[in-house]
Amino acid sequence: MNGPRRITARISIRQKAALCSIALLAVLLIVWQAATCTSGPDASVKSPDDAEAVEYAMLMGKIPETGAASQSSSKVTGFPTPAQFAAEASRQLAHPFRDNGPNDKGFAIQLGYSLARVAAGYVIALAVAVPLGFLIGMSRLAFLTFNPFIQVLKPISPLAWMPIALYTIKSSSTSAIFVIFICSVWPMLINTVFGVAAVRRDWLNVARTLEVTPLRRALRVILPAAAPTIVTGMRISMGIAWLVIVAAEMLVGGTGIGYFLWNEWNNLSLANVLFSVLLIGLVGMALDLLFAQLQRKVTYVD
Amino acid sequence: MSTDTCVTQPASTPGFISVEALTKRYRPDMPPVFENVSFTIGQGEFVCIIGHSGCGKSTILNVLAGLEEATSGHVIMANREISGPSLDRGVVFQGHALMPWLTVQANIAFAVRSRHPKWTREQIGAHIQRFVDMVGLNGSEKKKPSELSGGMRQRVGIARAFAVEPKMLLLDEPFGALDALTRGVIQDELLKIVSATRQTVFMITHDVDEAILLSNKIMLMSNGPRARIAEIVVNTLPADRQRETMHHDPQYYRIRNHLVDFLVRRSRETDRDLESSATPRLVRPGLDEGEGAAVVRNAIPIIKAVA
Repeated sequence: MNGPRRITARISIRQKAALCSIALLAVLLIVWQAATCTSGPDASVKSPDDAEAVEYAMLMGKIPETGAASQSSSKVTGFPTPAQFAAEASRQLAHPFRDNGPNDKGFAIQLGYSLARVAAGYVIALAVAVPLGFLIGMSRLAFLTFNPFIQVLKPISPLAWMPIALYTIKSSSTSAIFVIFICSVWPMLINTVFGVAAVRRDWLNVARTLEVTPLRRALRVILPAAAPTIVTGMRISMGIAWLVIVAAEMLVGGTGIGYFLWNEWNNLSLANVLFSVLLIGLVGMALDLLFAQLQRKVTYVD
Repeated sequence: MSTDTCVTQPASTPGFISVEALTKRYRPDMPPVFENVSFTIGQGEFVCIIGHSGCGKSTILNVLAGLEEATSGHVIMANREISGPSLDRGVVFQGHALMPWLTVQANIAFAVRSRHPKWTREQIGAHIQRFVDMVGLNGSEKKKPSELSGGMRQRVGIARAFAVEPKMLLLDEPFGALDALTRGVIQDELLKIVSATRQTVFMITHDVDEAILLSNKIMLMSNGPRARIAEIVVNTLPADRQRETMHHDPQYYRIRNHLVDFLVRRSRETDRDLESSATPRLVRPGLDEGEGAAVVRNAIPIIKAVA
């Protein structure tokens, strides 16, 4: 009796959570709807009677039309209602790869630019951080040599490097890659150092008594032993890199999801701003899940 | 003289390993943990070392393994001084030291591949299987250490050390963390393997019975600091002794009492009068004094009959 009951209880907590999540989403949508509906009629002035109202409408970015109401305009201004947002989002989703010049690219193309930059900066950071971390983690001399530099450079905001990067590298796109590199290198480096330094003495002694060559020891003993810590560092780095790329692209401009977001803000298309904000969140989540998967793969039970 | 043949049972070439005046000092302002430790181990001998915690047993083992360096003194193995670890000296670590991300098979393969880098996959596989069978782990080859019991993990550790086929095996309290039942089973297996392979073994233990069951010689260490090897007890029990019948031999109690007496009382006292003698004396409890010799001779046929 107890067994099946327990199972149903376990299933139902998942179901309960799912129901609660859906309910929470519904509440948020209702609040959103309510908040945008009340301001809706105010903002979209239908028949401006006095000059004050006209001026107000113009300040709000709307040109009061004499005849038909502004509903016919496809462009949604002001904060969109959920329905308006859904319409705008489906319009975006319908043409993910469109490319009508620098200011009208599909979100998939923009995401592609951002992901490519993140990937480039991240891979370079990985290629630097892991070998360097091995060196620092294994050698006391290297640790003491590099530590002051790491401690000084680590707390610098990645965007603070932007002017230096722009001046020295000159290419804005490469500068963004550099910023990704500099922000993702630290967590990976520090975690690699700790992971390598914390490898159990016994395992190293086993390798020593077996006369294992240094390269084989590094790859077959230290790397798998430190892998969970290293991958944790990689996961943190990826999170930071995805945070930073949006900010960097807002600054640098041209392409990328950050630029897309900023461009839509300049267009005063809050529906698109909202769309890209959600997109950034979803992609960030997907990246994190990817690393969670990797983490599960390298974790060992001791 | 049946007893004599039993006592000198391992046809040992004396001085396969010889330890000369070993001293270890961790801090210059402190007295050494042990000093002037000298002994020899013959080929095919099983030597246990017993002593209280902190007398430096593990340090001696680590020096023999090449994992640690002595402050002074030498260890000579097969006419060569030991400097650094070697595949010739296999170590079974106290905490099994298996790599938790590798399966049983892969753990042993790691060691075999270190010994025989040019072997094919099939050769390595066959070699591993031999040692997996030897320690009775068939069916668990694909398991990770975390899926095994403590006793099984220690068996993997033993199989890994044996699979390298070292000239000498060093065991650092290998069964310390096991329950008495498991310990007994693995002791029996180790005894079987060692007598089959004629492996030279140096083992640390805290278990007096374990030492009597397994070893030919038992080295007794006085307490640290300035620990010394106080004496070397020769195991005068017949070579074919078994755990079930061993305690019927009156000689067993003479040895056991001698060891326990040492651990309880004399391990503290001996450090003074040892100062003069460089090499520890050989002791045969119950036989040296002469009174027990006749009894032992009578006891042996009984043991054999039971066994």
